[in-house]
Amino acid sequence: MSAADTPVNPMNPAAPAAPPRADAPEWRTRFAHTNYLNAEYGIKSWLLTKDHKRIALLYLISITIFFALGGAYAIAIRLELLTPAGDLVQPHTYNKLFTQHGILMVFFFLIPSIPAVLGNFLVPLMIGAKDLAFPRINLLSWYIYLVGGIFTIWALLNGGIDTGWTFYVPYSTTFSNTYVVAVGLGIFITGFSSILTGLNFIVTIHTMRAPGMTWFRLPLFIWSHYATSLIMILGTPVIAITILLVALERVAHIGIFDPRLGGDPVLFQHFFWFYSHPAVYIMVLPGMGVISEVVSTFSRKNIFGYSFVAFSSLAIAVFGFLVWGHHLFTSSQSVYAGMIFSLISFAVAIPSAVKVFNWTATLYRGSISYDTPMLYALSFIGLFTIGGLTGLFLAALGMDVHLTDTYFIVAHFHYIMVGGTLSAYMAGLHMWWPKITGRMYPEGWGRFAALVLFVGFNLTFFPQFLLGYMGMPRRYHAYAPDPLWQVLNVMSTAGASILGFGLLIPAVYFIWSMRYGKFAPPNPWPATGLEWRTLSPPPTENFARTPVVTWEAYEYRPVEEMEVIGAGDAEGVQPVGGTISR
Amino acid sequence: MQIPLPKIDLPRLPFTPEQASSTAGHVDALYLYLVAITLFFSVLVAGLIFYFAVKYRRRTPDEIPRPIAGSLPLETMWTVIPLLIAMTIFVWGASLYFALYRPPRDAVEIFVVGKQWMWKFQHTEGQREINELHVPVGAKVKLTMTTEDVIHSLAVPAFRIRSDVVPGRYTYVWFQATKPGRYYLFCTEYCGTNHSGMGGYVVVQEQKEYQAWLAGGANESPAAQGEKLFQSLGCASCHKMDVQGRGPMLAGLFGKPQKMEDGQEVVADEAYIRESILDPQAKRVLGFGSVQMPSFRGQVTEEQLLDLIAYIRSLSAPPGAGGGTINTAAPGNGNTSGIAPDTQRMNPLSPTAPRGPQGAQNTNTNTQGSNRPPQ
Repeated sequence: MSAADTPVNPMNPAAPAAPPRADAPEWRTRFAHTNYLNAEYGIKSWLLTKDHKRIALLYLISITIFFALGGAYAIAIRLELLTPAGDLVQPHTYNKLFTQHGILMVFFFLIPSIPAVLGNFLVPLMIGAKDLAFPRINLLSWYIYLVGGIFTIWALLNGGIDTGWTFYVPYSTTFSNTYVVAVGLGIFITGFSSILTGLNFIVTIHTMRAPGMTWFRLPLFIWSHYATSLIMILGTPVIAITILLVALERVAHIGIFDPRLGGDPVLFQHFFWFYSHPAVYIMVLPGMGVISEVVSTFSRKNIFGYSFVAFSSLAIAVFGFLVWGHHLFTSSQSVYAGMIFSLISFAVAIPSAVKVFNWTATLYRGSISYDTPMLYALSFIGLFTIGGLTGLFLAALGMDVHLTDTYFIVAHFHYIMVGGTLSAYMAGLHMWWPKITGRMYPEGWGRFAALVLFVGFNLTFFPQFLLGYMGMPRRYHAYAPDPLWQVLNVMSTAGASILGFGLLIPAVYFIWSMRYGKFAPPNPWPATGLEWRTLSPPPTENFARTPVVTWEAYEYRPVEEMEVIGAGDAEGVQPVGGTISR
Repeated sequence: MQIPLPKIDLPRLPFTPEQASSTAGHVDALYLYLVAITLFFSVLVAGLIFYFAVKYRRRTPDEIPRPIAGSLPLETMWTVIPLLIAMTIFVWGASLYFALYRPPRDAVEIFVVGKQWMWKFQHTEGQREINELHVPVGAKVKLTMTTEDVIHSLAVPAFRIRSDVVPGRYTYVWFQATKPGRYYLFCTEYCGTNHSGMGGYVVVQEQKEYQAWLAGGANESPAAQGEKLFQSLGCASCHKMDVQGRGPMLAGLFGKPQKMEDGQEVVADEAYIRESILDPQAKRVLGFGSVQMPSFRGQVTEEQLLDLIAYIRSLSAPPGAGGGTINTAAPGNGNTSGIAPDTQRMNPLSPTAPRGPQGAQNTNTNTQGSNRPPQ
């Protein structure tokens, strides 16, 4: 770890770095160049920052807290299910556990995770811009997220909610005695953060691309964030209105959902899933963008069928709005409506399949390395394939009748959400960690953790497919005392502990690496995106001058030929030598 | 329209529930097909990834492979082939769905009311059960379901059936049990604190055992109870049996299209009768636009509503009223069977009993006919 003790100028490793400032803690002045991390000091400089990179870090910290809390609920749920009898917690408590697990994970982790952290950090860098189009709105969106989140946590701590994250009426409007309105309000508020982020991305991608950065030279990460942003601004208002209606129904009995007042409870399900199905794509599309970058970088190949992958993101965003009814196959929806929704659901599976095949084909004749991000990306492809294919089971009408509301559903969407989105998030965090912090994470530990997560994940969720087909319903505090059911549940709980352990390892080494990690060169992998042509960590203004793009996306060249447009201390254009050696 | 399913004789697969209904084997066959597709593509993708990852592993740190732009034929192939496969699944799944949700005409009806946190079953013969449902093997059973409070969902994994039970409307699901035994019955739509306790068993019995069970502790049939309610709630003062009262005559009404004041035509089914009792002004029968029938919302429970519906359905048209009796009602209403409640005890739920509309009508005339209107 000798490298960690001496400041290194990444532009010129041999040159001595600037001496540390007397008034600053030593670790802040280690970087030889002025960057977004050490440009300003003090809590105020963070809380009032307009720098997209700092806001990304604010999101990273807050999202991690919500994720840890949601994970703690998951552990409690799995412990309860070790035995068939409901002997660990009371039924009412259990119902709150899975509800709060779902709400925190969906609204406060999965939806913001990749766009708000990696997207915020990378969208301007990747297109060669100084910042997002509306930096103040960007900061505002974090504050909105935080207010919504704190409000929700306050409601959870003061009594909680037991409606399931789906808020089905009339249970949520009339029968539940928990904090439905308060939690709903928290989600309502947080929705605005999503809308503002989406708006910011769309405007930025349209108007702030560097000269020469044409639409078809954009990294696929940008395409997928563009598609995600469209869903965010079109879908989120619908869930906001729906939650508002639930609150109005609960407080003022306006009679839109309650059949006793002339309302229709199934109408709620249509409203809810009109947002919440596209929301699944808000969660997974950015992940697909990450995977495109990682697969390309670590096989040093351009993405096979670039335009097909790009347009499949848009196709998913559009078709995603037309399939909400497949959540209602057994909800007394007409059989003909069911047929149409089933048909379109099969259609939306195709663009996802196209992506999987293209990623796989990208590996062909590549130069494949097994760095941590790549391990996550390859496991993403495998797990997402299984998650997607089991989606076909549920899109098939007659099959869905037997499987819906069982553990098969739970397994299916965890394969997409955890095997997909979480894997992609981890892949992205590792790939861009050197850029974000200017430090390398420990590669050996990274690979080990990726392996542990893969094993833990499959052990947790694969048995749930079997449980589901055998008929075990979801959201059950106690289940039938069938020995086979218990064996599978014990496997699942064991897997969850491995999964939890596997998540602690990166948490530890990421924090460790911020102080002790090796300094990162501007382009350690090396990769082709513009973000790798500035320093690590980037200066506040990202680039010393506006980059001019003269190359296609994913055009690999020897790293010496890829110029670095630095800033600050190492101003101007300088070649950067070598990759990090291991 | 009933889509006939081909005969499938599939052995029970590992990690599947018992196949105890006529459709279970079909669902398992589709499952097997889907598992095969999933295995094929997962192994294909994982195999390719492993193969490429090993074969094309990085050999020197600086190597840069030759770029490959893409291939239109390949893109077309992996768009079209998955689409075609998806369409086969779609057609198979949809035809199964129609079979699962279109009850056959000759099915026996059982009323189901969900309630936090129990299932109440009401047989046409008068038996009432909670969290346990007895049915004879081989009989086609149609469940007409509603709930008193929140949304529930009735699922019997061994039958591979499920349907949500929604407040304010009736939902239907049917099955034909093929194997005696006790099978789990679950509520699978989250319904509050004791959701996981809202379940029990479907008990499938051989005909003889079932008869013995039926003989013990029968109550009045729903139609008989409905008749009592009809009197005690004062319905009879306006809805007279033989002459036109203030309200429309109800005899022979069930399952027939009715002309409304606003010109639309509504079939007088369960949902319509339920609505007319709870919200009489919602749809007004032509010629009764000015009649102010009071709402009975809050005065009758969901079970009593089902009793009243069973009663109204049991009424046949008065002589000379034109149309046939309810039991020979127009095909397509799907509710023509199992209705002659007071006859059911003689040969209940027997798959061999004359089940057709005509048969039910014939036996009806041979009994005391306590539910029939005075003629």
